[in-house]
Amino acid sequence: MNFLPVLLWTDLLIWLLVLLLVVAAIAARRNEPLRRGWAHVGRNRGGMAAATVLAVFFVVGLSDSVHFRSRIDGANGANGAMPANYAVEVRSLLDLSLGHLRNRPEKSYSEPLALRLYNKDLVQLPDGRQTRDYPRLRYGGSHLDEQGTERGADVAATLARALAAALLVWSACAALLTLGLSRRQGERLAASWRRIWGWECAAGESGESNFAWSAVLAALGGVLLVAAILIALSANYHAFGTDKVGQDVLYLALKSVRTALIIGLLTTLVLLPLAVTLGIMAGYFRSWVDDLVQYLYTTISSIPGVLLIAAAVLMMQVVIDSHPQWFATSAERADVRLLSLCLILGMTSWTSLCRLLRGETLKLSQLEFILAAHAFGLSHRRIIVRHILPNLMHIVLISLVMDFSQLVLAEAVLSYVGIGVDPSTISFGTMINSARMELAREPMVWWSLAAAFSFMFALVLSANLLADAVRDAFDPQIAGSS
Amino acid sequence: MLAYLIRRLAYAIPILIGVNLLTFALFFVVNTPDDMARMQLGIKRVTPEAIAHWKAERGYDKPLFWNAAAEGGKRLSETIFFAKSVRMFVFDFGRAEDGRDIAEEIKSRMGPSLAIAAPVFLLELAVTISFALLLVLFRATRLDFWGVVLCVALMSISGMFYIIGGQFLISKIWRLVPISGYQEGVDALRFLVLPVFIGVIAGIGTNTRWYRTIFIEEGGRDYVRTARAKGLSEAAVLFVHVLRNAMIPILTGVVVVIPMLFMGSLLTESFFGIPGLGSYTIEAISAQDFSVVRVMVFIGSLLYIAGLMLTDISYVLVDPRIRLD
Amino acid sequence: MMTASLLSVRDLRVDINRGRRRAPVVDGVSFDINEGETFAIVGESGCGKSMTALALMRLVPAAARLVSGSVHLAGRDLLELTEGGMREVRGRELAMIFQEPNTSLNPVLTVARQIGEVLERQGGLRGNDARARTLALLDAVGIADAQRRLDEYPFQLSGGMKQRVMIAMALAGDPKMLIADEPTTALDVTIQAQILDLLRVLQRERRMGMLLISHDLGIVAEMAQRVAVMYAGEIVEVAGVTEFFAAPCHPYAKKLFAALPDISRRGALLETIPGQVPSVGDWPAGCRFAARCPAAFGLCRERAPEVVAISATHTVRCHLYAASETQQKPGSPRCARDDEAGVFAKSAATWQSSALVDGELDRHHESKQSVLDAVDLRMHFPIRGGLLKRTVGSVRAVDGVSLTLARGRTLALVGESGCGKTTVGKALLQLVGPGSGSIRLAGRELMGLSRREMRPLRRKIQMIFQDPFASLNPRMRVGEIISEGMAALQVVASASLRDQAVHALLAQVGLPAEAALRYPHEFSGGQRQRIAIARTLAVQPDVIVCDEPTSALDVSVQAQILNLLRELQERLDLSYLFITHNFAVVEYLAHEVAVMYLGRIVEFGSVADILRDPRHPYTVALLSAVPVPDPGQRRERLLLAGETPSPAHPPAGCHFHLRCAKVMDICRRQYPESTQLSASHRVSCHLFK
Repeated sequence: MNFLPVLLWTDLLIWLLVLLLVVAAIAARRNEPLRRGWAHVGRNRGGMAAATVLAVFFVVGLSDSVHFRSRIDGANGANGAMPANYAVEVRSLLDLSLGHLRNRPEKSYSEPLALRLYNKDLVQLPDGRQTRDYPRLRYGGSHLDEQGTERGADVAATLARALAAALLVWSACAALLTLGLSRRQGERLAASWRRIWGWECAAGESGESNFAWSAVLAALGGVLLVAAILIALSANYHAFGTDKVGQDVLYLALKSVRTALIIGLLTTLVLLPLAVTLGIMAGYFRSWVDDLVQYLYTTISSIPGVLLIAAAVLMMQVVIDSHPQWFATSAERADVRLLSLCLILGMTSWTSLCRLLRGETLKLSQLEFILAAHAFGLSHRRIIVRHILPNLMHIVLISLVMDFSQLVLAEAVLSYVGIGVDPSTISFGTMINSARMELAREPMVWWSLAAAFSFMFALVLSANLLADAVRDAFDPQIAGSS
Repeated sequence: MLAYLIRRLAYAIPILIGVNLLTFALFFVVNTPDDMARMQLGIKRVTPEAIAHWKAERGYDKPLFWNAAAEGGKRLSETIFFAKSVRMFVFDFGRAEDGRDIAEEIKSRMGPSLAIAAPVFLLELAVTISFALLLVLFRATRLDFWGVVLCVALMSISGMFYIIGGQFLISKIWRLVPISGYQEGVDALRFLVLPVFIGVIAGIGTNTRWYRTIFIEEGGRDYVRTARAKGLSEAAVLFVHVLRNAMIPILTGVVVVIPMLFMGSLLTESFFGIPGLGSYTIEAISAQDFSVVRVMVFIGSLLYIAGLMLTDISYVLVDPRIRLD
Repeated sequence: MMTASLLSVRDLRVDINRGRRRAPVVDGVSFDINEGETFAIVGESGCGKSMTALALMRLVPAAARLVSGSVHLAGRDLLELTEGGMREVRGRELAMIFQEPNTSLNPVLTVARQIGEVLERQGGLRGNDARARTLALLDAVGIADAQRRLDEYPFQLSGGMKQRVMIAMALAGDPKMLIADEPTTALDVTIQAQILDLLRVLQRERRMGMLLISHDLGIVAEMAQRVAVMYAGEIVEVAGVTEFFAAPCHPYAKKLFAALPDISRRGALLETIPGQVPSVGDWPAGCRFAARCPAAFGLCRERAPEVVAISATHTVRCHLYAASETQQKPGSPRCARDDEAGVFAKSAATWQSSALVDGELDRHHESKQSVLDAVDLRMHFPIRGGLLKRTVGSVRAVDGVSLTLARGRTLALVGESGCGKTTVGKALLQLVGPGSGSIRLAGRELMGLSRREMRPLRRKIQMIFQDPFASLNPRMRVGEIISEGMAALQVVASASLRDQAVHALLAQVGLPAEAALRYPHEFSGGQRQRIAIARTLAVQPDVIVCDEPTSALDVSVQAQILNLLRELQERLDLSYLFITHNFAVVEYLAHEVAVMYLGRIVEFGSVADILRDPRHPYTVALLSAVPVPDPGQRRERLLLAGETPSPAHPPAGCHFHLRCAKVMDICRRQYPESTQLSASHRVSCHLFK
C-alpha cells in the first residue's frame, strides 16, 4: 500500500455523526410530522440557499476528515520484506486535492495575486550583485515574464475562463435537475423549468409543497462562480496571498473549515445526551431529581462560560503536555486537543438546552395524552421514549442548528484568547490570531483577515439562515412571526 | 420580600460551594501541583528541588484535604483545599504569579472595566430596543424585512472583526481617536469612545432580533387587541401595552448581566489595551496563572448569583403578579 | 343610506392567507342592526363569525385582509375612514368585548389605568374626574367594593369580575354599538347568567345596538331580538328570534336544533349532521352546505343560492325556497323545526309529563351491582410557602367525596370549574395522588396500590379526556395510539391480532380503517374524540370516566359523540362517570347525578330527582342559570350572587353559605350532614334536617 490510513478521533466521530444524520434522515422520511417540518424548510428560499452553501462547506470539511500517511520509501520498495516507512506528516484527501496550494510555499507575506513578496529582501541580480528589493515569488505568477506586465490580461483571461466554466457546470446542473424533475412528475421539460423558478405552481394540492429549487440553483450558481474563480486563479497565483511563513491563505481558509465544523458538530454530540437525559428526568420525575439537576445546571451556568472553558482547557493542556508519550504524531496530539475542546464546550454549554427541555417536559407531563399513557399503565421508560422525547425533538433540532453558528464563532474567540485549538491546528481563530499581530504594520497585511472573515461570514450566515428556516418550520410558537 | 432574599441567599451558598469544589477539582485533582510546577517552570529547569521550591512558594506543598501530620484543627486548615478554596469565601484571594495581591489588583481594575461595560450596556439597550420597536412598528413591511436581514448578517460576524474593523477604520484611516490604551480621569473618554461604540455595534444584530421576537409575541396577545379596540394609537399600544409586558422576558436576560459588568469584556479590553478585569483574565490565562483564573471564576459566579437575585427583584417592579414570598 | 339602521353591513368580505393563496373567511356578509336592538350571529367554530366582528372594528389579524364591502355606522362608512379616523370610532362609537377575560386585560396595568385610557382618549378625562367616572362605571357593571378594585390588577380579580371590567371599559366611551364576541363562553354557568343579565340591563338603559356572537342557541334565545345563522363564511338565515326558534327555514338551522341534546330525546339517538364544517379555502362550489344537507338536490351543487325572503323579517339563503326554479325540487319546503316533539319541550314541566323517562329509569332501577365505589375520597394538594418552603396550607380539591357507579349506568358529576370534579375522575384512575379514602373497583381496593400492582386493574377503568387536541400524541399514528394500551396491558398480545383489533375498533367508532396509518392532526375535533374513545375501548374497560368529552366540540359534533357513547353503553354494558357542566347533556345521558361544590357532593340523586326536584339551593340556582333555547321561556332567573371561593380557603360552615339566598345561622358554623330524602336522593343542606 502506498499509504497508511490514519483514523483520528475527530474523524471517527464526525463520520459517525454523518452516519447518524443519514439514519436520522431515513427515519425522518418515514415519520410524517418530521417530514412535514422538513418540507416546510424545503420551501424556505433563504434556508435552502443557505443549505446549499453549507453543503459545500461540508464537502470541504469532510474531505479534510479522511486522513492518511503516505509512504516515503519509494513506490518500488514494495518487495514485502522491509516494513514500509510512512511519512510522519498526516495528510487528508483535501490536502491531496489542494497539493498545488500546499506545496508552493513562498518565503513570507505576499498580497493576493501578487508577483512579488510584500517585504524587501536581498535579491540576487542576474549579474551576481545583490540588492534589497521586492523579490519575485517562487510560484505566484511564475509563468509570467520578469516584469509581469501581462498580469492584468492574464488574470482577466483566467476570470473569463472561470466564468465560462462556472456557467457550463451550472447549466449542466440545472439541466439535470429539470430532467430529473420532469421524469418524476411526468411533465414536460418546459413546465418543470418554469416550476423550478416558481413561475408556475405545481398542479393540484401540492401547490404549497414546492421545494425551493430556484434558491438552490441560485446559491449553486454563486458557489460555482466563486469556486471556479478561485480554482482558476490559484493555478498560477496565490488567490488570497500568503501568510508570514509563505503559506497560501486560501489553503489555510479551506483547512479552517474542518475545524469549525468539528467544533460546531461534535460539541453537540457531547451536549445532547447530557441535556436531553437530565432535562427530561428533571421535568418528568420532579421532586429530588429535579432539585439535583437544577442545582447542577445553576452551578455550572453560574460560572462565566469563558472562564470555565479557560480553566478546563488550561488543565487539559497540562494533562496533554505532561503525557507526550500518548501521541504518535503531532497531528494526533492536536486532534486530541481539538476533541477535548469539543468535550469541554459540550460540558459547559448543555445547561441552557437542559433548562429548556426540563420546562417543556414539565408542560408535556401535564398534557392529557401523557395522562392517558399513565392510565394504560405504561412504564416510565416507555412514556419517556414514546411520548415525551418525540415531542421534544423539535426543540432539540432547533437548538442544535442555532448552536452551530454560535460554536463556530466561539472557536475563533477561544483560539484568540489562547484556550482554543492547538496552535498547530489551522482554524479561523488561529488565522485571525496570527494576522492580528500584523495589523499594526504600515501598510497593513489585510488579506488573511479578509479571507478568514469572508469564509467565516459565509459559513455562519448560512448556518444562521438555515437555523431560521428550521425554527420557522418546527417551532409552532415562533412560526409566522418572521 | 426579606424572607425571599434570605432564602435566595441561603440558596446561593450551596451553589458557591459547588462552584468552589468544581474549580478545586479542576485545578488540583485533575492535575497534581507537580504537573503544574513542571508546566510553569518549563522543561529545562525541572529538578525536584525547583518543583519543591515552586510549590512551597505558593503553598501547594500541603496535602489536598487532610493533613495527617498536623494537629487538631490544623489537620483541616493546613491543606490546599482550606488555603485555596475555603478562604475565598472571606475574599482572601492570595497572590498572583507575579507576586501582586490579587484582591488589590481586582479593585483597581474594576473601574476601567466598568467604564466600558456600563456605557455599552446602557447604550446597547437603548439602541437595540428602539431599533426593534421600529421594526415592529413597521411590521411586515420592507423595512422590517431588510432590518431582519441586516440583523442576521450582523450577528454572523465574529466580535473580533468588529473590533479589528473599527480600529482600522476609525483609528487608522480616519485617525479620530487613539487606537488603544487607557488613561485615568477625563482623558479616559478619548480612549473609551471607540471601544464603547464598537461594543454597541457588535451587539445590535443578536439583541435586536431577540427583542423583535419578544415584541411580536407580546403584540399578538389578546390584551393588545383590546387596547386597539379602545381606539388607542399604534404608538400608545406599542409603548404602554406591548413594551410594558415585554419588559418581563427582557429583564430575564438583561438584569442578570448587570453585576457581571464589573468583569469587563475579554476581547474589547485586550484589543484596546484597557487595564480592566477582562484583560487581566486574558493575561492570567496566557500566563497560565492558575490562582488568578480560580479567583475570577469564583468572583464571576458570585456576580452571576447576584444577577439572578437582582432579576427576581426586578420582576417585582414590572410585574404586579409576582410577590416574593 | 336609505335605512335608518344604526349599523349596516353590506357584502363584507375578509380573506385569509393560506400558504401562498388567499381564501375568503367571511364572504359577502350583509346585515343591519337598529338602535337598541340585539342582533345575534350563531354558528359553529370556523364559520367566520368572530372574524366578522373583528372586521367591523377593522382589527382583523395580520394574516387576514378586509377585501371589500361597506360598514355604515350611523351613516358613515367605516371602511372608508383613515386609520386615524377609525381610531376615533373605536371605543367611542363602536366598542367590543372579547371571549377570554383572562387574556384580554393587560396583566401589568391597574383597572383604573385601563379604563382611564379610554376616558382620556375618548372623552379627554384625566385625574380625579377620570377616577370618579371609572368608579361610576365599575358600580354600573356591578363590581362590589369598586373603590378598592380601582387600583387592583387583573390577576386579583375573578373571571367574572374581569369580564365586568371589560364591559366597563367598553362602556367608557359611551358607544352607540357594542360587539360582544362570545362574552360568556369562558365563564361558568352561574357567572354567565350574571353577565348576560348585566349586558341586557345596560343595553336597555343606554339604547345601544348590540351584536352578539355566540355558538349557544340558549344564549341567543334569551338575549337577541333578531338572529343570523352563519355557515362557512356566509349568513344563511336571518330572522326575528321568535320566528327563528319556532320555524327555522334553512336545513342547517333545522339540523342545529335537532342536534341539541335534552330530555325529550332521551333514549333516542340525536340528530346529527354528517361530515363537518369544511375548512377555510375548501369551500365547495354551489351551496356550501349541500354536501351535508339532507334536502340537497342537483342545483345545490351547481350554483350558490341567492337570499330568499320568506317574510319581511325572515330571509334564507337556500334553493329550496327560491320562487322559480327550472329544476325539480324534492317536495315543498317547510319552515319548521324537524324536532316537533322537542319544541318547547324543555323545562321542569316536561319532567312531570315525561312518562318515557320514568319508565326508562324504573326499568334500570332493578339496581344492578355496583362496579365502582368511592368512599370519603380526599385529595389535598399542599401549598408551600415561607422561608423554608414548608406546607402552609392545602388546596382541598376533593374533600370527602363518596359515590357509587352501577354497571351499565351513567353517573353525571356536575359542577362549575374548580369544584374538583376532574380531580375526582383522575383520582379514580390513580392518576393523581396520593389521597385518602377508599376506591373499590369490582371489589378490589385501588387506594395505596403501587404502579405495578395497579397495572392489571387499569384494564377495567379508563378515561376519555376533555381536549381532543391535547389527548392524542401528535407524533404517533392513530393505529399506534389505539394499540398502545392493548399492548401495555396485554389485552391482545400479538401484533397482528392487534392490527385487526384496531380496525375493528375504528369501525366501531365510525372511522375508516385507513385512519390507522394517519396522524391525529389530520382529523377534526370530533374525529379525534372518536379516536380517543377507540383507544379507551381497546382495553375493554368496565368503567369509563368521561371528562367533559364534548365541551370542546360544536353542537352537531357533540351530538355524534353523545350518540356514540350511548350506543356503546348499550352494546357493551359500560358504566360512565360523566364529568360535565352541561345540563343538557346530563338530561340526555345520565341516570344518576351528583352535584359538586368546592370539593364536596352537595346533592346526589337520580336524574329525575335532581332535574325535577332539585333541593340544594346551589343545584336550584345552577339549573335556573342554564339558558334555554326557547325565547318563549325567558323567565326570571334565580341569580346567584358572588363567585365560587377558592378551595384553598373554603368558607367555614357550609361552603355555599356566602352565596346562598336561604342562609341560616347554623350554615355559618357547621357543615351540613347528608340527609337522605328518598331512596335515591340525598342532599347536604341544613334546610332539610
